[in-house]
Amino acid sequence: MMVVENTIDTFDSPSEERIAKDRYQTDAMWIYMGPQHPFSHGLWTLKVRVDGEIVTDAEPVIGYLHRGWEKEAENREYPKIIPMADRLCYSASMTYTHLYCMTVEKALGIEVPEKAEYIRIVADEICRIQSHLMWLAAVGTDLGNLTIFLWGMREREYWLDLNVRLCGQRMTTNYPRIGGVRNDTTDIFDRDVMRCTERFEKALWDLIDMIDSSSIYVSRMKGISRLTREQCANLGVTGPAMRGCGVDFDLRRDDPYGKYENIDFEVPVLTEGDTYARYMVRIEEMFQSCEIIRQAVRKINALGKNAPYRLKVPSKVPAGKAFCKLEDPRGESLMYLISDGTDKPFRLKVRAPLFTNISASRPMVKGVRVADVPAVMAMIDVCMGETDR
Amino acid sequence: MVSSMKDWMQYGDPMSNPYYPYDTYNVVYDLGFEVYQFLGGIVAWLIDLILPGNPVSEWLMSDAVVNAFSIIILALVIFLVIFVGVLISLWEERKVLGRFMDRRGTMVGMKGFMQCVADGLKTFMKENTMPKKIDKMTYMWTVSLIIGTSVLVACMLPLSDRFFIVNFDSGLLIVMALYALAPFFILVSGWSQNNKYSLIGGMRAAESMISYEIPMLIIVCSVAVLSGTFNIGGIVAAQNESMWYIIPLFVGFIVFFTCSCAESERSPFDLAEAEAELVEGWQTEYAGMKWGLIMLGDYLRGFASCAMISIMFLGGWNVAPFASDAVNGFLPEVVQLLKGWFVFFIMIWVRVALPRVRIDQILNLGWKVFMPLSVVNLAIAVLLKVGGVF
Amino acid sequence: MMDTEAIYQEPSVSEIKHLLENKFKGKVTVSKTEVRRVHAEILNKEDVFEVCNYIHDNLTFEHCSIVMGADMIDHLEVIYLLTNYYSGTVIEIFAKLPLDDLHVHSVALIWEGANWHERETYELFGIIFDEHPKLKRLLTPDTYTFFPFRKSYKLRGQE
Repeated sequence: MMVVENTIDTFDSPSEERIAKDRYQTDAMWIYMGPQHPFSHGLWTLKVRVDGEIVTDAEPVIGYLHRGWEKEAENREYPKIIPMADRLCYSASMTYTHLYCMTVEKALGIEVPEKAEYIRIVADEICRIQSHLMWLAAVGTDLGNLTIFLWGMREREYWLDLNVRLCGQRMTTNYPRIGGVRNDTTDIFDRDVMRCTERFEKALWDLIDMIDSSSIYVSRMKGISRLTREQCANLGVTGPAMRGCGVDFDLRRDDPYGKYENIDFEVPVLTEGDTYARYMVRIEEMFQSCEIIRQAVRKINALGKNAPYRLKVPSKVPAGKAFCKLEDPRGESLMYLISDGTDKPFRLKVRAPLFTNISASRPMVKGVRVADVPAVMAMIDVCMGETDR
Repeated sequence: MVSSMKDWMQYGDPMSNPYYPYDTYNVVYDLGFEVYQFLGGIVAWLIDLILPGNPVSEWLMSDAVVNAFSIIILALVIFLVIFVGVLISLWEERKVLGRFMDRRGTMVGMKGFMQCVADGLKTFMKENTMPKKIDKMTYMWTVSLIIGTSVLVACMLPLSDRFFIVNFDSGLLIVMALYALAPFFILVSGWSQNNKYSLIGGMRAAESMISYEIPMLIIVCSVAVLSGTFNIGGIVAAQNESMWYIIPLFVGFIVFFTCSCAESERSPFDLAEAEAELVEGWQTEYAGMKWGLIMLGDYLRGFASCAMISIMFLGGWNVAPFASDAVNGFLPEVVQLLKGWFVFFIMIWVRVALPRVRIDQILNLGWKVFMPLSVVNLAIAVLLKVGGVF
Repeated sequence: MMDTEAIYQEPSVSEIKHLLENKFKGKVTVSKTEVRRVHAEILNKEDVFEVCNYIHDNLTFEHCSIVMGADMIDHLEVIYLLTNYYSGTVIEIFAKLPLDDLHVHSVALIWEGANWHERETYELFGIIFDEHPKLKRLLTPDTYTFFPFRKSYKLRGQE
């Protein structure tokens, strides 16, 4: 069996001729994982070249879900894009709508009321926690254990209930508005949030106990798919996957938007760079999100019931360019708006963190075993809606 | 002269039949014997009523024919009992798994038991699809043989000293030999399906099963050393005279339990059908009824492993060592089934708690950990035997 | 006067402005600076690779957030957003491409993460990135011969 170093060589993908040549080799074969494959959460294909059980090469193929989102957005008025932004990723809908509203607000040059900013922070962190819980559930199935899946989904349901309490919708929330949020928090929202966070921190320890005290879980993740800090930065991998590789960067702390600079929290960073480190970073992020939610809810309470939560904004955006970055549950998401003075965007570009993270799957899966491919890919938390747009 | 119906039904002692195939009393044979006496007796009487003095009625009730039909009924009854036992273990798995995962499990009729029946009907009514570019003969034959050997293994294991289908002195060895046949069929089957997932799944099955076969056999040997026989009844009787072998051979119990999980392809050792990376492994191209039977075969093998653990380590169908015959003789079949289901419960527990292991880990575990441990276990058995404890 | 050849790990916004304007005199103009944001333009598209290389190597901008195209009707633009992981500074730098010459040097050799962004920009706008490792269609089918995100490609409702 061939010895494969787990390092990146050039990024060029295998040529068609090489794939054709490999077809007649007996020791190596190309396996198409996807688009109808239990491992691919969404429609995409990972072609892997295996030598026995070891992956020697890989190529991701995307585009099955390309909806022309950006082109579609050029055809709509600004407020009508908010529900579309929800559909970019079903489990990060709140962050995308937030990001979109923030970008348009920046182009308009307006300041959002303070209360709306804190409500958005709470909504974002709820979104982050439920997204991470869904990721945890997916890790369970990818490693072949259904219990984690169901326990993770059970915990997620409490957070979705909070979403319902906040804005009446579970997943595609359509909640932030340009200039604020749609509605104020409901009467006992702060009490519900506090109860939910407290309950969740205990429940999360159950899940952690289940995973970390099992040596099989840990050995399935430790030392798999190592990336160094430089590789990670150069490949454009962002989010928890990047922080697991030792890049100490979180947009909420290092490039704060909204009112995140008033909130005190830690950014978990690990330098191991393997799958287990990425897992640990995400788990710790959930605890930190609970802390952020608590602080933000306290600030909302301090502002009082009658503080404004929404501004009236003009429907036409002055011509110019504006962009905003936001820490999505999956990484750095970015929207770039070019406006031409009308009520429709001239061009709206979305940088989806997964678009780049998936492009880095070749160096990630190179050298691991076939059985580890789902585990490695689970750690970037694949969501195809935002990748293909 | 019109003969009476009772003349044709002689509820005699089945053991007095000169063709009686066993040395000891077999309750299932007795059941078949009496059922045939009743049904066959009516048929023979009716024929005799229409055509008095014909030779067919005499032939129907002759010793040899009675014996043959009794054996057919015995086979059917044993298969049905095992089949229902497997369905119950399937139901047990679904319910227990559900409760562990904080949900309810299946809910269709009879506390969810009818879900098994519904699933069976569903798979049987599905279209029998088959890929075009497969090797048809091996594709069909291997799956038949996998299911066939699984049924055979499950039915070969006795439920008590009066509920068995054969009573060989080498009973345990025959069971192990049949057990070990399946990996080769799985390998060939994976090859014949013209599918890369199936091929990898088949190779994984062969790799892992071969590496677990040997520790299992060594532990079977150590049990045989302690009890002095490979006869299943003998092993149980020997445990009744001393103690359950789980106490002296605890290491062996753990190793055998894990190996039999791997052997019957149960999670966390179900690498051959690891759905996360291999779709459905070697079963990918089997659809409908064939897939349903493969699943049934898997559960039959799981059930058989549990029965073997119960026989080898937990005293089989005896309630407790040194208990009186009245206690041990009370429905021993049910005791054996209950013990089997208890072991199956532990298997479900393991499945709930652990993720799937990787192929290199499973091979490492098999050859580097379980192999030495089973040899240690054999040494313990030999020492105890030589030391005169047993 | 700062040394334009030295390596800066965490340059401030004013330092970046100073360095870029001095290193590439007459090639790069810095139009505007904000907190952690530098907006600059590369006047000649031939200099894109050189400027990006300098930003990566000497100013330690390890991360390429996006490479995007924009159809400004009379010309096309290619926009780069580059991030420094130590200070969180973002450089927005763009170059104009005339419609008759849509070639620009690829930066995928500097930032591997720019690979797919460039492929996407190629297939949606028709901007050709020279020396890109694999400039093929990514999201749309290989059979497409048009570039759907150009303004000349109208949606049905737009006509």
